[in-house]
Amino acid sequence: MLTGLLNRWLLLALTCLAALVTIDNDYYLSLLNFIGIHTLLVVGLNLLMGYAGQISLGHAAFYGLGAYTSGILTTTYGVNPWLALLLGLAVGSLTAFVIGIPALKLRGYYLAMATLGFGIIVYIVLNEAQSWTGGPSGLSGIPSFSLAGLALDTPRRLFALIWLMVGLILALSANLVDSRLGRALRALHDSENAAASLGVNTGRLKLIIFVWSALYAALAGSLYAHTLNFIAPGSFGFMFSIKLVTMVVVGGMASIWGSLLGAAVLTILPELLVVFHDLEVVIFGAILMVVMIFMPRGLVRGILDIWEQQKRWRQGRLSTGGRSAS
Amino acid sequence: MAEVLLDLQGVSLAFGGLRALEGVSFQVPGGIIKAVIGPNGAGKTTLFHLITGFLTPQQGRIFFRGEEIQGKPPHVIASRGIARTFQLVELFDHMTVLENVMVGRHRLSRAGLLASALRLPWTRREETEIMQKAWGALEFVGLADWARQPAAVLPLGLKRLLEIARALASEPELLLLDEPASGLDVHETERLGEMILALKDQGLTIILVEHDMSLTMEVAQEIAVLNYGKLIAEGPPRAIQRHPEVIAAYLGSDWQ
Amino acid sequence: MNVLADLLQYLFSGLTNGAIFALIALGFGIIYNATTIINFAQGEMVMLGALSAISFYHLKPSLPLAFVGGVATVIVVGLVFERLALRPVREPTPLTLIIITVGGAVLIKGLAMLYWGKEAYSLPSFSGEAPLYLGTATILPQNLWVLGLTALLVAVLEAFFRLTLVGKAMRACAYNARAARLVGIPPGRMVQLSFGLSAALGAAGGILIVPLTMGMYDMGTMLGLKGFSAAILGGLGSSLGGVLGGLLLGVAESLACGLISSGYRDAVAFFILLVVLFLRPQGLLGGRE
Repeated sequence: MLTGLLNRWLLLALTCLAALVTIDNDYYLSLLNFIGIHTLLVVGLNLLMGYAGQISLGHAAFYGLGAYTSGILTTTYGVNPWLALLLGLAVGSLTAFVIGIPALKLRGYYLAMATLGFGIIVYIVLNEAQSWTGGPSGLSGIPSFSLAGLALDTPRRLFALIWLMVGLILALSANLVDSRLGRALRALHDSENAAASLGVNTGRLKLIIFVWSALYAALAGSLYAHTLNFIAPGSFGFMFSIKLVTMVVVGGMASIWGSLLGAAVLTILPELLVVFHDLEVVIFGAILMVVMIFMPRGLVRGILDIWEQQKRWRQGRLSTGGRSAS
Repeated sequence: MAEVLLDLQGVSLAFGGLRALEGVSFQVPGGIIKAVIGPNGAGKTTLFHLITGFLTPQQGRIFFRGEEIQGKPPHVIASRGIARTFQLVELFDHMTVLENVMVGRHRLSRAGLLASALRLPWTRREETEIMQKAWGALEFVGLADWARQPAAVLPLGLKRLLEIARALASEPELLLLDEPASGLDVHETERLGEMILALKDQGLTIILVEHDMSLTMEVAQEIAVLNYGKLIAEGPPRAIQRHPEVIAAYLGSDWQ
Repeated sequence: MNVLADLLQYLFSGLTNGAIFALIALGFGIIYNATTIINFAQGEMVMLGALSAISFYHLKPSLPLAFVGGVATVIVVGLVFERLALRPVREPTPLTLIIITVGGAVLIKGLAMLYWGKEAYSLPSFSGEAPLYLGTATILPQNLWVLGLTALLVAVLEAFFRLTLVGKAMRACAYNARAARLVGIPPGRMVQLSFGLSAALGAAGGILIVPLTMGMYDMGTMLGLKGFSAAILGGLGSSLGGVLGGLLLGVAESLACGLISSGYRDAVAFFILLVVLFLRPQGLLGGRE
């Protein structure tokens, strides 16, 4: 089990290295960079939705808050991009904290609607507060990060930065879900009452994971702003929140590595199909419905479940008492 | 007699016009098994919800080890050392049997968000301990062979045992069992009885809500009888069996 | 005096939009009562009603026919949606149901875009465009149509629920599905009926409003969300609450738009939604938590 996990990390590192060495095409590298940024968002949303079972239909708002904090501070106030990133994290997580306190007392549809409403309000403010945000036409001229005098302004250099972050976030998240707190999260998803009866402070835990996932989103937003050097509200609307949910659903609810897959598939797909642009919405809708109807734990998990079920069925109903723990 | 562990004083709760519990007072001394019986709808599960903080009494007070606990949230009461099972089993279906029990260790471990995400060295030691204790609880109820299976695949009887293991992993002082024998066959019920007695011998205090009278009479030292939200009798099993009001309550209503 | 005239103007346009929100809110409430599901695709029924009525009108320029055709089409869509998307659900938890109905909304919207394209369509007003004057405030006849027909629909709906056997059966089902089944009411049929009814209400709302706003494939999302906000504001599942919530929301939005800033128009509805959710999630008239 441990070697299996090690192999995954090794595989990720080697793939990244190989990509860096072999890919000499800025378009492909940029695409990979966006996959990385989306992965950060999806892992965060998956912690909240897949693990803790708390839905957010407004996650794009935290992404936008990170991006706009970085964008506004660096362009209007000349703040250093790294400092702006940190402040973006602060704004994103603080907003999540303030919204989360009342919102997470709500359940199910009410929570969905509250997060959705919050997302739409942020989107409208990004459009309307023109003197700050530049309005619908966006904010341009956002500086790139620079490291020891080296500007991270080519896709190759950004690749190194973004995928280092992805590796870090994946590691932190994988640790988290396989811990006392991670078990409490999953417990909360299945039965809030039972979790509370064992001493899990469910309200506090929901808030913690909400803020934590907003932190990932803000990080992704700031990276996005300094990668593209331009942001506009269109990237942070309701439809993008739905896109993120679709990525979680494709990658698999409660699956850290699936998040990487979900982000990759739904970032590459639109690029592959030229006709996809018009069909994009239809395909997202169809994916959400079909997967959730037949595989409520997500696409990858659903396929794995079917595979495991068949394996179990073939072995007969045998209890596997593998006593040696990891 | 041992000192009083749990003390209910005049506890009342009404849902709208329906009085679920009316002025219920009784005490549970440490180290005994106390059964709460009564016809369906007598208020037994409501009583459990009140003790464990899922409901708040409108009147009356509940003391645990001399401290007032009524109205405190469930997780606080759990952290004081009261664990429970649920009448309609509430397991973490998508987690393995072992993980279910590991959640039981929540209140006795302390790894938070950052410590967990960074996997600090001390959290690994804590995880090892959590794992060991969880195995212990699983072995106690005889579910070790199922450890790696998802909890959802267990048959009902084993699910009830898993709930008990999970509650035991939290090392409670007081354990509340809500109809642990329902859905169990004769053999399983017999084993359950032995298990409950073994727990009592280890010093655990247990409150048992149960419809299986032979099990109740066999394990309980004290019985409290509820009917329509009121405590109508209390005493040792023998006295309860002969109590005229208890007999009337049971014969006069359709309990199973 | 100008201010007063302006206020009157805002009030009327607010009530008109509010009436549509109310119809949508009622649709949410009917399905919620029958199934405890919130159908996030409800807004798309409004769009479908408007656009299919316009298509019917292009086939044969008769407004009553277009109205009936539009409503009938959407009823079919509502029933098919229930049958294909909701009945086969494996794990009907709120989380999966939210994702499924949101997915359904997105799918319907996408298909509408493929069929109708991205242009805006119009439907003539029900009785001319000549404005009526009320002091210095102007009212379009269509505003009156919206208010009048909404009132009529609400009244018919109330009568249906209170006076007819089927309506009473639906209410019984909403109150206690198990008991209803015991007395021989088929819950499955009631669920279907609720989806058909709420689709019809949404479609009617869309057809009523489209002469004032133009119809486009993406008009449903915002209307649906505001309708849901209205339902929450009034108290989810309460029909009087839905109507009240819709009208209040419409007027608040219109006043804010006129007096503060038109850009923040949509934000007002969602701001009210958040305030209600955070302070009084059971809504103004909702009794149960």
